Amino acid sequence: MMNKEAVLFAGGLVVDESGERHFDVRVRDGLVVETGSDLAAGDEERVDISGCILAPGFVDLHTHLREPGMPEAETIETGSRAAALGGYTAVVAMPNTDPTQDCVEVVEFVSKRGREIGLCDVRPSGSITIGRAGAQLTPFADLAAVGVHLFTDDGSGVQDEGLMRRALEYAGELGVVLAQHCEVASLTAGAVMHEGECCSHLGLPGWPALAEELMVHRDIELSRLTGSPVHLLHLSTARSVELVRGAKADGLPVTAEATPHHISLTDERLSSFDTRYKVNPPLRTMADIEAVTAGLLDGTIDAIATDHAPHPSAAKDRPLDEAPPGMLGLETALGVARAHLDCSWQHLIGALSWRPARIAGLSDRHGRPVSEGESANLVVIDPDPDWQVDPSALASRSRNTPYIGVDLKSRVRHTMFEGRMVVRDGVATA
Amino acid sequence: MTLHFRSIEEVGTERIRRLLDLTEHMAAVGRRPNPKVPALRGKTVCNLFFEDSTRTRMSFDLAAKRLSADTMTLAVSSSSVNKGESLRDTVETLDAMGVDAFVVRHRTSGVPWQVASWTPAAVVNAGDGWHAHPTQALLDAYTIRHRRGLTNDFGGLKVAIVGDIRHSRVARSTTEILQLLGAEVIHVAPRTLLPPTSDVVTTTHLDDVVGEVDVLYMLRMQRERMGAGIVPDGGEYSRRFALDERRAAALRSDALLMHPGPMNRGVEMMVDPTELQQSTILDQVTNGIAARMAVLFDLLGSGGIEE
Repeated sequence: MMNKEAVLFAGGLVVDESGERHFDVRVRDGLVVETGSDLAAGDEERVDISGCILAPGFVDLHTHLREPGMPEAETIETGSRAAALGGYTAVVAMPNTDPTQDCVEVVEFVSKRGREIGLCDVRPSGSITIGRAGAQLTPFADLAAVGVHLFTDDGSGVQDEGLMRRALEYAGELGVVLAQHCEVASLTAGAVMHEGECCSHLGLPGWPALAEELMVHRDIELSRLTGSPVHLLHLSTARSVELVRGAKADGLPVTAEATPHHISLTDERLSSFDTRYKVNPPLRTMADIEAVTAGLLDGTIDAIATDHAPHPSAAKDRPLDEAPPGMLGLETALGVARAHLDCSWQHLIGALSWRPARIAGLSDRHGRPVSEGESANLVVIDPDPDWQVDPSALASRSRNTPYIGVDLKSRVRHTMFEGRMVVRDGVATA
Repeated sequence: MTLHFRSIEEVGTERIRRLLDLTEHMAAVGRRPNPKVPALRGKTVCNLFFEDSTRTRMSFDLAAKRLSADTMTLAVSSSSVNKGESLRDTVETLDAMGVDAFVVRHRTSGVPWQVASWTPAAVVNAGDGWHAHPTQALLDAYTIRHRRGLTNDFGGLKVAIVGDIRHSRVARSTTEILQLLGAEVIHVAPRTLLPPTSDVVTTTHLDDVVGEVDVLYMLRMQRERMGAGIVPDGGEYSRRFALDERRAAALRSDALLMHPGPMNRGVEMMVDPTELQQSTILDQVTNGIAARMAVLFDLLGSGGIEE
């Protein structure tokens, strides 16, 4: 592991939850030690970030690292590097590994591997049910004791209402959060894409918006009943956003996330029959994109989460019904979000950093204000460049990005994790 | 850019009209004592059939042979696709043997587009999922044109397509080609057998249209869909949507009765269509060869049909 560095970030605009200010930031031994105007460089390295934004590092609530079990798709190492390049200092690792992250041993393996690699904070989630089979609860308390804060059966929703109610009741006293992949399975059997005009035309089985909205509604009501927090993963439909807006107006402990692809791509992309556009939940209509975007802008949706889902070409080069759903996200999230969300830097970074940090239970070290004594988990963003993805340059082991040839805005220049420059000038240092 | 024949929409009106004229020409070739022409000598056509099919596969094979092309056929049961080789590997391997056109059938929509992204060869869609079956559409349109003595303008023609529209690539492609030529198309099916959305006029009352239409196009109804919660089991489907004696008697004498085959007798067809003078069912089979010759010649031919 690299030594912690002493760095003076000079000339940048600091953006954090408390606001924006032109400050230099001195980092030493893993901590922000001083902020202020025109700080004099001591023996530390002076990094000129004029014209750039310095902010708390991003936190991804929804990363599939694929290890253990699917090293041909991604490993904790390649995924951590992709995260660092995307400006992330922490990722929540989804539990649909093989074996499932449903027990202490697997969770500890993932955490330990993340620490060994040391490119970002890898926080495993736990599954809600053993093997994500939807029948038997995992040991929430044991898993919480080894650092799990977010529980989900992501990849599928917990179908049984009674089980979900008990899971929420049991979780309540532990201070953990249950996160739902909202999909009523009986409405989506065989589905490949959004149910609507486009799927009718293409002759592909449809995934109706209702299948998401019914479970969003159910879990909001279960949160109301139990008082336990619910986090709703990757919202994709206009009515889902409306339901969450209502839940928040009622003061319920409900949070939600949306992905960059659900604010940038419509179901019409599938007209090419390109499996890179197959994702779950599916790409929806322009009206849905507008509603999800509005939800992110007004705070109904708390966080941008990538649902980074690597798949090797061998898996994606299959017929649409066999090809697994999912697309890469970590290395393009900022660029897509910036191109599609018309809001202040503070609001955008909040959705990428401190708001997801709170949901993930990581706000002791991530998404912190850039001020003296805080952990140096930081990102430096060059706001200006329009850029395009070079698939061969991706750190991810997979190539299933839908953004080849698309203009993205703003780029991560440096990422600092625990006081170490893990990305420097857009290049991973390890 | 390589020219393909994958969907009616993609092919467009102008080329469709030209292909209908070419089909007429190929049908004439087919009536000769020696129906074989040297037009595609030296060209290789590979039939890639990942789904059971007898008539379409044999029709394509014969069409290619009548044009003097060399043919290879990979049917799914004998293929390495079952042995873990990916679809892409299969296509790239066959492509390396020197293929000019792949004729692709697959149970999943879109596979012909995927295949085209892995080979420089021309791709003909022989049926993909519920999506498209454009050579069926071409032979259907040609059959109507020929039997009714029409030009390539079908204005004023009224066509009812009956049955499982939702899961039918034939319904999608044939509706498209008929609309494109100016015909009026109506779909007759219960809501569960219609696509989630549609801009085609629909009805559930077959009796209201059967005596009016110029063409009654019956689709194959798979028995597996009955009792699977899509339509009720038992005879209800047949009572509502099959061609029975009463409805057959209501057909106009100059109407056409069409079916893409294979028929499910006793499900959508309660009468013997061979006894009905309106039936075009065997014409469709015959015309299928001419239509497929036209498509292959359009993609691979240079110069004329004759030597």
